[in-house]
Amino acid sequence: MWSIGPIGFVAPWLLLGLIALPILWILLRAVPPAPIRRRFPGVALLLGLTDDENQTDRTPWWLLLLRILAIAAAIIGFAGPVLNPQNAREGSGNLVILLDGSWAGAPSWQARIDRVETLLTEAALADRLTAVINLNDLPVGELPFAAPSAWQNRLPNILPKPWQPGDPAGWFAQSDEAFETYWISDGLDWAGRDDLLAELESRGAVTVFQTPRQTVGLRPSRFEDGQVIVSATRSPIGNALDTNVTAIGLDPAGVERQLATVPLSFAPGDAVAETAMVLPPELRNRITRFEVSGTRSAGAVSLTDDALKRREVALIAGRDDREGLELLSPLYYLREALEPTADIIDGTLEDILLANPDVIILADVASLAGTETDSVLEWVENGGMLLRFAGPRLAASDMGRDAADPLLPVRLRSGGRSVGGAMSWGEPKTLAPFAEDSPFYGLPVPEDVTVTSQVMAQPDPTLAERVIAQLTDGTPLVTRQLVGEGQVVLVHVTANAEWSNLPLSGLFVQMLERLAVSTRPVQPDATELEGTTWLPNKVLDAYGRLEDGSALPGVAGEVLGLGVPGPDLPPGLYAGGDRQFAINVIGAETLLTVAQWPARITIEGMDIVRETALKGWLLSATVLLLLIDVIASLAVGGRLRGPRADVAAALVLLMLLAPQAQAQSTDDFALRATTEVVLAHVLTGDPETDDIAQAGLLGLSQTLFRRTSIEPAAPVGVNIETDELAFFPFLYWPVTADQPLPSREAYAKLNRYLRTGGMIMFDTRDADTARFGSGSPEGRKLQAIARSLDIPSIEPIPSDHVLTRTFYLLQDFPGRYASRDVWVEAAPMNAEQVEGMPFRNLNDGVTPVIIGGNDWARAWAVDNNGRRMFPVGRGMSGERQREIAYRFGVNVIMHVLTGNYKSDQVHVPDLLDRLGQ
Amino acid sequence: MTDPLTLRSTAEALAAPLPPLLAEAEHLASTVLLGDHGRRRAGTGDTFWQYRPAQAHDEARTIDWRRSARSDVNFVQDKEWQIAQSIILWVDQAASMSFRSHDNLPSKAARARTLGLATAILLIRGGERVGLTGLRLPPRRGEAQLMQMAQLLSLADDTDYGAPEAQGMLPHSRALFISDFLGDLKPIEDALLKAADRGVRGALLQVLDPQEEAFPFDGRTIFESMSGALQHETLKAGDLKARYLDRLAARKDRLQHLARTTGWQFQTHHTGESGTNALLWLYGALERHA
Repeated sequence: MWSIGPIGFVAPWLLLGLIALPILWILLRAVPPAPIRRRFPGVALLLGLTDDENQTDRTPWWLLLLRILAIAAAIIGFAGPVLNPQNAREGSGNLVILLDGSWAGAPSWQARIDRVETLLTEAALADRLTAVINLNDLPVGELPFAAPSAWQNRLPNILPKPWQPGDPAGWFAQSDEAFETYWISDGLDWAGRDDLLAELESRGAVTVFQTPRQTVGLRPSRFEDGQVIVSATRSPIGNALDTNVTAIGLDPAGVERQLATVPLSFAPGDAVAETAMVLPPELRNRITRFEVSGTRSAGAVSLTDDALKRREVALIAGRDDREGLELLSPLYYLREALEPTADIIDGTLEDILLANPDVIILADVASLAGTETDSVLEWVENGGMLLRFAGPRLAASDMGRDAADPLLPVRLRSGGRSVGGAMSWGEPKTLAPFAEDSPFYGLPVPEDVTVTSQVMAQPDPTLAERVIAQLTDGTPLVTRQLVGEGQVVLVHVTANAEWSNLPLSGLFVQMLERLAVSTRPVQPDATELEGTTWLPNKVLDAYGRLEDGSALPGVAGEVLGLGVPGPDLPPGLYAGGDRQFAINVIGAETLLTVAQWPARITIEGMDIVRETALKGWLLSATVLLLLIDVIASLAVGGRLRGPRADVAAALVLLMLLAPQAQAQSTDDFALRATTEVVLAHVLTGDPETDDIAQAGLLGLSQTLFRRTSIEPAAPVGVNIETDELAFFPFLYWPVTADQPLPSREAYAKLNRYLRTGGMIMFDTRDADTARFGSGSPEGRKLQAIARSLDIPSIEPIPSDHVLTRTFYLLQDFPGRYASRDVWVEAAPMNAEQVEGMPFRNLNDGVTPVIIGGNDWARAWAVDNNGRRMFPVGRGMSGERQREIAYRFGVNVIMHVLTGNYKSDQVHVPDLLDRLGQ
Repeated sequence: MTDPLTLRSTAEALAAPLPPLLAEAEHLASTVLLGDHGRRRAGTGDTFWQYRPAQAHDEARTIDWRRSARSDVNFVQDKEWQIAQSIILWVDQAASMSFRSHDNLPSKAARARTLGLATAILLIRGGERVGLTGLRLPPRRGEAQLMQMAQLLSLADDTDYGAPEAQGMLPHSRALFISDFLGDLKPIEDALLKAADRGVRGALLQVLDPQEEAFPFDGRTIFESMSGALQHETLKAGDLKARYLDRLAARKDRLQHLARTTGWQFQTHHTGESGTNALLWLYGALERHA
């Protein structure tokens, strides 16, 4: 294929035809447009007149240009132009297509797969055996060479993984086959990449497909000075980049929401950006992850674990009467130990419970008031942790002596004991190593921690299992009891240094951490994790989506300790015991680096340019130009006159203006119908009926305008097929025998209209000859129309219907005819007349239909001069009937617009008075 | 070729609303043909003029006994001296007259024929003698003449442009020429001068198609006369419009001038207009006192 720039030609030789264009120009120029022969008697007067200018002897240049362009377009079109022609890739032998398949490629994974697909198509054309290999998901065994078409079917199964490849070089080294490699890179460097490249180059040529694009990785957040610090790294390092980081977590209702969003800006040339998020602790503790907005990649998601959580700890001391002796305060050491890692709440117990803290520490508090006990117990059962420290008060009290106190894990013996003091035997006791089932297991026990006094637990069959720390002599130091979802822990010594120097030691802090009173700021080290098993709670996929990980096997603590995500440690949230640990794709120190390739490697872009055949467009242009030429030739030749010109102009106008005109008219219609109250009648297609309906509604509108506060604009006719009905509160529908049934869409519209509070007044206009329901043609047509309408059950207007008193007090509803057969929605079955009330409490709403045949429109109709158009009845009684017809119209419109307003009983006395009752 | 009966009936229809047209007898001393135009003095004629006392030379049979019985003298009825006017029509029947620019318009010839025959009907009803130029149809009166005239007017001529024949024009009679006057003016001029020499007065009615007035053409066009004998090719018909209209105006002016010098009347009528207007004008023109 021969090409110019991005355009190639299938049959370039045809383009030689373009050379002929100048010749054609000259030829065409010499041929003037064919003359019209006209019979014209006035020719005698023309004899001897010569043309002023001879220009039209030749075709006008623009017409000529038009034709030349048309021919050029045809020539180029037939030459088969193709935009972005794809030159098939040369090559032979086996082919390996490698995909990095890491999270960095996830945002544009489909583009990669598309690229692979085109490569496979080309390979299929070249008949090459191919293997598509995801470096993150290496197949087992040999290189899986297969026909490209087979691979095309398997492409959807190749998915990115949320980690970087391990050591694929070794895998490739298993065999020594020769192959060519197309390597679709994610653009990030990783550890074994150079080795793999060397290995692949030893087998054959390597071509790399890579698009430079910014990859942003979100590092784990950390907590500093009351702020959450969010940092991100990027690659390649380039210009300023502004993005947002969103904190996502559960709201109090348990629904996942965006809790906060902060902008994150990379300065030009900086690889790392940081921003601080200031959040109230309640909100902060609910954060489950951070995300870089708008990026679908595991690297743009950072899960939070306990490290970010700051537990709320309430401190209550039983003895606060010793002012100034800070070091002796029972809370001093606790405060010191907890302040860096927890939020401390002070206050009375009632206030604290309202704040629902994670932990309440009672230091030497003996007893609580009865209600307090209950509410604390309830709080514990709902997951709270009550940590109590012993002290002189507790020792002196009778708490838990005789019966187990629900707020103490064990029963206590009275008095406690002192050892190693001046007045006692023995040495101060040291701590025994922690048992394996203790939460403190693994903490080193310093030798210098001694206990001189303690409260003693009552020996009890359950005591052993409640002890989680004990002294060398076997007496319990810390006991715990699980209560509901929470726990009660008692430390048998004081929280200050009076009874023991434990609060002075580092062990105290560690024990608090283990009890999850405070959260530890650092990752657990490998020794600590040794032998533990962690269960994946949630795992991330490469796109940064959280998935349930409960089906995955547990992960050994050693692996977790390395913190490097991989096939055996998918990034996610791991739970072990009461702790959670997040493995993120990006570590705190991770720097993303761009994959650099040696100069000898060919690097191609990722973009697939699709071939676009332009032939059709060009040939269309040819036809279009020729059509223009036809019209232009007619115009130049003077033939575009009379009907031809009219038709041409009409066509052009129609094409240009029709849609706008339509839109314009729709808008006008809506505006006209909505700026004021507008009564509407359904167009029946019978001009006379429509005119009468229009005139009738005009008369009614004028009456309403004069007599009531309703001031309608001029009525409009509504085509139920095309017009919007929702604008109109009221539709008058004169039924003619020969009007067409509405279409399905129109029925849907009508039913929607009726359901949403519209009213249709059907008028069969035959009350002079037919009774309601009898077989007049209009009646039958009404039945046909109403069959598909959503009309409720109806009844003749009862004498206490609200229509009889919405404005005028009426008992007759005449139009031009005075039949009493006027039907409205039936009253509900349970409508009962209350004793002493003249009206039943009828349906709560507007009747959607009024059906009758009194030809109201003729009674209301006025012409443009305001004169009555049709006689009603005879003489004065006829005028009275017309007046009543108007009053009925007023009542109907009032009913439509005010609903059941008059249905209430407020006006009953006045009405009774006027009714003479 | 038009059906003479149709032509007659359309012409009758056109003439119906008008009162009989009485052409003024201006001076007919040498026209011995008697007609119904009262000379306001006693003479030969049919219409009663006045009673006069019988003279000795009056024959006895001329005495009006009914009048004489009311008095002592014998009275004789004097008849008014009446002569009939002769009117010669020339309706151009050449090919150029058969032009019509639109299907809804009558051709010029049709309109000219109708107008001519309508005038003839009015004149004959008024008792005049009507004939055609040349020696085809000498002036005569009566319904039969109309039939013959309609017959002759329905014939079409193949020549491009017609010329009136001055033959057969009685001295001091009246004449009516209906044509488009688009052909050579010389024969018309000659005919008019000749007629003027003989003391014939009359009217020229130019019947034109609206297109001939407007010249709404553009582009490369070959204009042909109706028979195709004359041709004119132009490449830009639109450019010719002004000059064509100038020439047309000049021609009308010439005709007007000619008419004025010879004491004739000239008017242009378009087929797009109602024929009644033209007939009214003809009525006026032929009725006009010299």
